[in-house]
Amino acid sequence: MGGASVTTLVLKRLVSGLVTLFLVSLMVFVGTEILPGDVAEAILGQQATPDAVQALRDKLDLDRPAIERYGLWLWDFAHGDLGQSLASGREVSDLIAGRLGNTLFLALTAAIIAIPVSVGLGLLAALYEDKLADKSITISTLIFVSTPDFLIGYLLLLWGAVTLGWFPALSRISDSMSFIEQLHAIALPCLTLALVVSAHTMRLTRAAILSVMNQPYIEMAELKGATRQRIILYHAFPNALAPVLNIVMLTLAYLIVGVVVVEAVFNYSGMGRLMIDAVSKRDMPLVQACGLIFASVYVALNLTADILSLLANPRRRRPK
Amino acid sequence: MIAMIRDFDIGAKIGLAIVVFFLAAVIFGPVLSPYSEVEIVGGVWAPPSAANWLGTDYIGRDLLVRILTGGRMTVIVSLIATCGAFAIGCPLGIAAAVIGGWFDLIVTRAVDAVMAFPGLILALIVLSAIGTSIPALIAMMSVLASTIVFRLTRAVAADVAAMEYIEIARLRGESMRWFLFKEILPNVAPTLVTEFGLRFVYAAILISSLSFLGLGIQPPNADLGGMVKENALAITFGRAAPILPALALAFLAIGVNLVVDGLLRHNARRDRHK
Repeated sequence: MGGASVTTLVLKRLVSGLVTLFLVSLMVFVGTEILPGDVAEAILGQQATPDAVQALRDKLDLDRPAIERYGLWLWDFAHGDLGQSLASGREVSDLIAGRLGNTLFLALTAAIIAIPVSVGLGLLAALYEDKLADKSITISTLIFVSTPDFLIGYLLLLWGAVTLGWFPALSRISDSMSFIEQLHAIALPCLTLALVVSAHTMRLTRAAILSVMNQPYIEMAELKGATRQRIILYHAFPNALAPVLNIVMLTLAYLIVGVVVVEAVFNYSGMGRLMIDAVSKRDMPLVQACGLIFASVYVALNLTADILSLLANPRRRRPK
Repeated sequence: MIAMIRDFDIGAKIGLAIVVFFLAAVIFGPVLSPYSEVEIVGGVWAPPSAANWLGTDYIGRDLLVRILTGGRMTVIVSLIATCGAFAIGCPLGIAAAVIGGWFDLIVTRAVDAVMAFPGLILALIVLSAIGTSIPALIAMMSVLASTIVFRLTRAVAADVAAMEYIEIARLRGESMRWFLFKEILPNVAPTLVTEFGLRFVYAAILISSLSFLGLGIQPPNADLGGMVKENALAITFGRAAPILPALALAFLAIGVNLVVDGLLRHNARRDRHK
């Protein structure tokens, strides 16, 4: 054993990622059809006329077996045809197009702020374990982890938009705005997202570094008289790289979910709000499309985390 | 129990005090209040006063009594959902570890598939199909959280099942039932208790987030998240009405997390002394 090359291992991960993606698509489909009984009747409610129910059944192709509809849906989806919205009749891909860009803009800006700061603070907390800096970081992460995202959002809104009046309370962006104006408009939701994910990232980074620092080989390096700097750079850092890369990817994945609530707080027109509207209107094609996009990004980020840590840590390439 | 509380460090004691205070407030508070949670007692978003300690909400109801009854709703729904998650996840986890084989394989694969999903997104997808009645919400939250409980129970139970004394119990021909209740359960219990706390916090924040998005508990019932939503507009007038219910939720979550952290440290200390 152990002779497998890195390429084969990465390929294996990619294949298992594709399988996961397939399972996820199956679950999106089953999830929206989990209701016992007729989907069309459930969407239209009790008062619907039989004609209306039949019309919706035709539109959703409900007279075909579920497995066939799933196949068709997945086939169309893979070819870029996301279907039509039930509520507005518009193409789902048109509805999603601008929204997806807005959400990515918000999430990436938040990531650029949050990741260096939180990884740095986590590292700091680990290096000064049980000192004042570590304790205050640990306590504040506990508070942030316990705080619902919308509370952080509203506190920032109250402070940044109402009390100080520096930032707009409604985060609207349009193509006619300059990049700086767009950044100004999303400042509050971006800061909220950054705060929401930072606590998790800091906590995970601290734990990852501490678990490396508690290894016997670090103690050995200390005993043979290596300087602290050398221990951290040559002994601890290469081993902590894999878990930290993993954490960065997980942070990005977490951002993708956090964005749903934050968009609602600031009325930001992104994918999250689109999906919430779709769910409340029971607009199934739109819910399925949004759900599949969110889940695919999430799966892809987790897969990247897995592959990066495989590349960064040679020991993980060998089966136990 | 008392000895264990005495052994807690200061953080865990504060946490326990917060949790006890919160529970007492949501159980007895609404009874002691002069108002009911549906009674209109003043103007819209009135500031705090001697009569209404936290002011009033968007149609003039007393905000304090609303937060107390909303907090009760949040606690009840989260508690039932968490119990449901353990009722599904624990037996499956222990069974998967003890039985192994194809049963283990199928359940583990199914759980992995659910966990490949971000929780809130899966919740939204399922809610679009099953609607937002309270039983539907509780069922959905139980099933989602049971995946994590399953994974944990299976991991801990598999460790325990591989111990020498379990091998000996097996060889001695003990019955499966004796085996589960006398050998495995007591050993997985400490881990499960702390996990219960974490799952409870997660459930409370999930249901509040859903209600905040308008897809959780529907009016006339209200939980803390729903109150944030219904008072959201007050923020543009500089009033704290939407922030107070959210603070109450954070207060509860911090209390439970402090207790969980204390329990984890307590268990670690005890293991070291063994």
